[in-house]
Amino acid sequence: MFLQVNGLCSGYGRGTVLHGVDLEVDRGEVLGLLGRNGAGKSTLVMTMLGLVPARQGSVRLDGREIVGLRADQVSRHGIAVVPQGRRIWPGLTVGEHVDVVAGRRPKAGGWSRDGVFDLFPNLARRVRQPAGLLSGGEQQMLAIARALLTDPALVLMDEPSEGLAPAVTRQIGEVIGSMAATGVGILLVEQDLRLVFATANRVAVMEKGEVAHTTDTGTFRRQPELAHTLLGVG
Amino acid sequence: MPSILASNLTSLLNGLSIGFLLFTLAVGLTLVFGMMDVLNLAHGAIYLAGAYIGWYVMGADPTWTVFLAALGVAAVVGLLAGGALSLLVQPLASRPHLDQALLTLGVALILAELLSMAFGDDVRSVSPPSALAGSVDVAGGSYPIYRLFLIGVGLALAVVVYLVVERTTVGALIRATVADRDMVSAVGVDNRKVRIAVFGAGVALATVAGVFGAPVYGARPGLDWTILILALVVVVVGGLGSIKGALVGALLIGQVETFGRSLFPEFASFVLFGALALVLIARPRGLFGAPTGVKV
Ligand SMILES: Nc1ncnc2c1ncn2[C@@H]1O[C@H](COP(=O)(O)OP(=O)(O)OP(=O)(O)O)[C@@H](O)[C@H]1O
Ligand SMILES: [Mg+2]
Repeated sequence: MFLQVNGLCSGYGRGTVLHGVDLEVDRGEVLGLLGRNGAGKSTLVMTMLGLVPARQGSVRLDGREIVGLRADQVSRHGIAVVPQGRRIWPGLTVGEHVDVVAGRRPKAGGWSRDGVFDLFPNLARRVRQPAGLLSGGEQQMLAIARALLTDPALVLMDEPSEGLAPAVTRQIGEVIGSMAATGVGILLVEQDLRLVFATANRVAVMEKGEVAHTTDTGTFRRQPELAHTLLGVG
Repeated sequence: MPSILASNLTSLLNGLSIGFLLFTLAVGLTLVFGMMDVLNLAHGAIYLAGAYIGWYVMGADPTWTVFLAALGVAAVVGLLAGGALSLLVQPLASRPHLDQALLTLGVALILAELLSMAFGDDVRSVSPPSALAGSVDVAGGSYPIYRLFLIGVGLALAVVVYLVVERTTVGALIRATVADRDMVSAVGVDNRKVRIAVFGAGVALATVAGVFGAPVYGARPGLDWTILILALVVVVVGGLGSIKGALVGALLIGQVETFGRSLFPEFASFVLFGALALVLIARPRGLFGAPTGVKV
């Protein structure tokens, strides 16, 4: 598998949040990651990025170990994040977000300024607008654009539909689909089952800092009692 | 009447020159705090080191060349010292603010002690470059040319710093780091380099300000704390991490300081801290402090 996480442990201060997480994502695959509030989904994302130090375990991307690397090195290995709460830089304009990540030098292949503006025409119209004044949906698009500009091989998306209107969520679903179609692997943390069912190839459920269950999306959908017991929904 | 006008104008101009000097100092303080959560309490001692560099290099009757040489020396010393200081502080990045404050306070005390060993405890006054000596008539009173020059330089410096921070990609990177540094690393930027560069530039601005300020404020033990306190007040009034705030805060505090001194000489520091208290009551994060900009 392209991404392999084995026995990953981490936490904050003296507390442990991740008690040995195992999961895999292939190239071009979308893995939906479900779990109740506080299950440790965001902690997993931040640990994979190197922003929360891993205490044990391994994260391999294309066979290379990335545990212990700094976040900027992880990024250069090809992992990008669309974080929970979007975390765009509110005082920077849309254009500045693009410049900070892409610089001004034209790259050979991969994502460029024009590329992300073609994908998100709404952003192209707001180049000079401070990101803090964008709508929630536009901020989410900007967060996705920022991730794409690093030319990732794997994108970790943490609740991208949070607080957004259904129409915007559908649009994000389409973007996820087209990213995966270009061969990018996606770990999609979501509470919105509809978005997961529409995009994910497989579904994993996190419980108390571990992955409790993994199946393909079709099987998961056919077992509503599973969603009920694992998530308290459905 | 003309004399009241002249004295008010003199206060106004003095306030402007202090204001721009404070802005030059506050830039380094506020950006370093915004990026690293480190309040660099050595900033005043660093300013004083710059003032002594000015005194030492410029001598009795400085020419332009000597003046520029002093500025060059101060800038290089500042860049190196700032880079070194950022490496010193780096390991404390995840420790509480108090630990970092104690470290920079220690650096401040050691530096002040070294300066007083090297230059003694006398007040060292510095002459401006001969081309800028003397006074001109301003609204019926006479005003030193060098102070007018200082206002001009301060304005130019403020414009340059403002444009770099607010209008360039490097500036955008700095502002992004102030707003959310983890996301800056997550897009592949090694922000240790950004920090060293900003720390170096901030400290270099302080040493350069020391040279520029020397012909007006001289160099003497104790000046470091006076300057540090004024710069801290500016940064808190303007809002930690904000360049606009540093500019507005510095110009405001410059005026408060000089008018306070000329109107209520015995209560000058009450006026200063009164202004600080007023701003903080109205806006606890300072005039331009962003709620997300500073994580406490
Ligand atoms: N920065 C932090 N410092 C200390 N504890 C934290 C921090 N972030 C999260 N936690 C704790 O770690 C546990 C897991 O949180 P995490 O944010 O990973 O959950 P989550 O699955 O993403 O939840 P949600 O669905 O609400 O986003 C929680 O108990 C939380 O309180
Ligand atoms: Mg979360």
